[in-house]
Amino acid sequence: MDQIYEALTDILVDNFDDDEIVATPELTAGDVSGWDSLAHVRLMLQVEREFGIKFTATEISSFKCVGDLARSIAAKTGRN
Amino acid sequence: MPRHLYADLAWLPPAPADFRSRIRALSEHGTGAAIAQLATHALGDNQLARLAGTIRSLAGSNADLAPLTPFRLGVIGTGTLDLLIPALIGSAARHGILLECVQAEYGQLAQEALEPGSKINRAGCDAVLIALDHRSLPIPAGLADRAASAEASIAFLDMLREGFCRNSGAACIIQTVAPPPEALFGSLDRRVASTMRGVLDAVNRQLVERLEGTPDVILDVAALAETVGSAEWYSPEQWNLAKLPFSATYARLYADHVGRLLGAMRGLARRCLILDLDNTVWGGVIGDDGMDGIRIAQGDPTGEAFLELQRTALLLRERGVVLAVSSKNDDATARAVFREHAEMLLREHHIAVFQANWNDKATNIKAIAEELSLGLASMVFVDDNPVERGLIRELLPQVAVPELPDDPALYARTLLAAGYFEATAFSGEDRKRADFYQDNAKRLALQQQVGGVDAYLASLDMAIHFAPFDPTGRERITQLINKSNQFNLTTRRYTEAEVAAAEADAGVFTLQVRLADRFGDNGMISAVIARPAAPSVWEIDTWLMSCRVLGRKVEQMVLRELALQARARGIRQLIGVYRPTDRNGMVKDHYARLGFRPAGEAADGSARWSLDTATDVEAVPMIVRRTGLHAAEAAAAAAE
Repeated sequence: MDQIYEALTDILVDNFDDDEIVATPELTAGDVSGWDSLAHVRLMLQVEREFGIKFTATEISSFKCVGDLARSIAAKTGRN
Repeated sequence: MPRHLYADLAWLPPAPADFRSRIRALSEHGTGAAIAQLATHALGDNQLARLAGTIRSLAGSNADLAPLTPFRLGVIGTGTLDLLIPALIGSAARHGILLECVQAEYGQLAQEALEPGSKINRAGCDAVLIALDHRSLPIPAGLADRAASAEASIAFLDMLREGFCRNSGAACIIQTVAPPPEALFGSLDRRVASTMRGVLDAVNRQLVERLEGTPDVILDVAALAETVGSAEWYSPEQWNLAKLPFSATYARLYADHVGRLLGAMRGLARRCLILDLDNTVWGGVIGDDGMDGIRIAQGDPTGEAFLELQRTALLLRERGVVLAVSSKNDDATARAVFREHAEMLLREHHIAVFQANWNDKATNIKAIAEELSLGLASMVFVDDNPVERGLIRELLPQVAVPELPDDPALYARTLLAAGYFEATAFSGEDRKRADFYQDNAKRLALQQQVGGVDAYLASLDMAIHFAPFDPTGRERITQLINKSNQFNLTTRRYTEAEVAAAEADAGVFTLQVRLADRFGDNGMISAVIARPAAPSVWEIDTWLMSCRVLGRKVEQMVLRELALQARARGIRQLIGVYRPTDRNGMVKDHYARLGFRPAGEAADGSARWSLDTATDVEAVPMIVRRTGLHAAEAAAAAAE
């Protein structure tokens, strides 16, 4: 799981151009400046690409925090 | 993960590792040239967005961003274009354009075109990109209602184009529409006019006809989708999720295509193709492999690959692209292939400027540009050697230098995928252009070298490795001794047994040299054999080097090592011998260049040169490693 959070931190830093961001289970879009609906789409596409997985629209709308996202990645990749 | 030619724009070098610090530097004191240089890399989506942000803020603060040409582009289209805008701005810089985008309100198409006071019509755009697909065209859902939908679609597009033309005077860039992959019948879709494919085929065909005689320009998105596959191009998931008109995977490719078109509209497309020869235009090295050894034959898979690049070059020439050659070769040797090789498609009369010599290629390319009276920004340079490519990118960043894949079978495709020679029209004039340049071209003699080569060499992170001959290297050493023709001072050929004998003879000094750099390991690139000629004197019996590492001062480092090892063995003098052949003219002045003094000429035309081993041979910036040299020698090296 640590690896997933590390990778997510890199993706978030890259996406929002902010070295301070750390992916934690509790982190939500509201905590990050610039994380609007469009940025969310861009972010999801990048997560799909980097982990080699696909989310359905239902899954994407169900993610309430980075923890939800990380759990879904873990389930899809079989990584823990 | 290997890069996908189209999706990853694999003809562009990968983004620099220090991208973020470069962006920071740009935002403080950005120049047009620095922006263009950074844009020349295959930047990721986020990197393009960052570059676009920097460009926008620099343009907003009225910084002078010449030589980039300002261009204001109105953008309307199907679905969400917000993700595309930063990619458009960043990619346009790659093509010499300082782009500003004016975006219509979401979903407003007809209003933007028809109302004189609309956002785009007010903005004074240079052009308007109409990025529509089937989802914005008047194509009803039911088959029965689609009888005249192709005509209705064309009428709708005409209305948009005419609206913008009337209200803003801007030219339109209009897209063909890629038929989506979902077939209703199957193959029959092509024949049934009311299927989506049937309608869109008709729309695309009529659209092209409608543009005749207008200043409007086509962006062939249908061809783009076809190239990558329409099932890859259209993503139902991303359309549903965010109304992305096509998969975000191809945003960079799409944006690069728009950038090319904008560049072409401003006369910034490239006009001259400069070709390396060995392993680019033919397989092998003419100076070493000879006329019978190089590969360009039909029926030989390797030879076919190079022929395909030649065919492509000839087609480009027919449409007005000027061809030139820059090759490290003897002029006569290189020209002989163009004149005499039966399989060659390229001939001397196709080449406007032919530069085969031993100068660095930056100097040659500058000379070619001067000779043709074209700017460096008009040039494309194709070379299989990553070091040559790196040198040109470093010294002449205006020149486009495509990355090439390992397999020459893909050279032609890669060159064309890069779209350097984008055009918005094709006229009789174009057909004659290459000949025109040719008539004016004359042969050049090159003297002066471009500055900055030393700095470039230092940036290569070269590591040189010296060792005496050994059983592991023996086969390769023998091969080099028997194959090297050009950088070969004496051209003495030895069998593997003779090489083994030299290796075993304590009185004979042997040296095998390897070179690695930041592009990889070049393997064994040089071999030297020195034999005792008199007390305290060595004669250099054999000295050869692979032409692949020419111009990198490797020979200077080899001499430095040779002098060092000689001193450690009490040798005072080195005798160098040059035995001329019809192939090794390039090393005629080898010893003179390295500081040897003339020591007479023999009856057979060979020249002798002499050097005091105490001479200080200047070091070149590279890491030196040694294996198998005795402790005394290492100590001497350390004491130095």
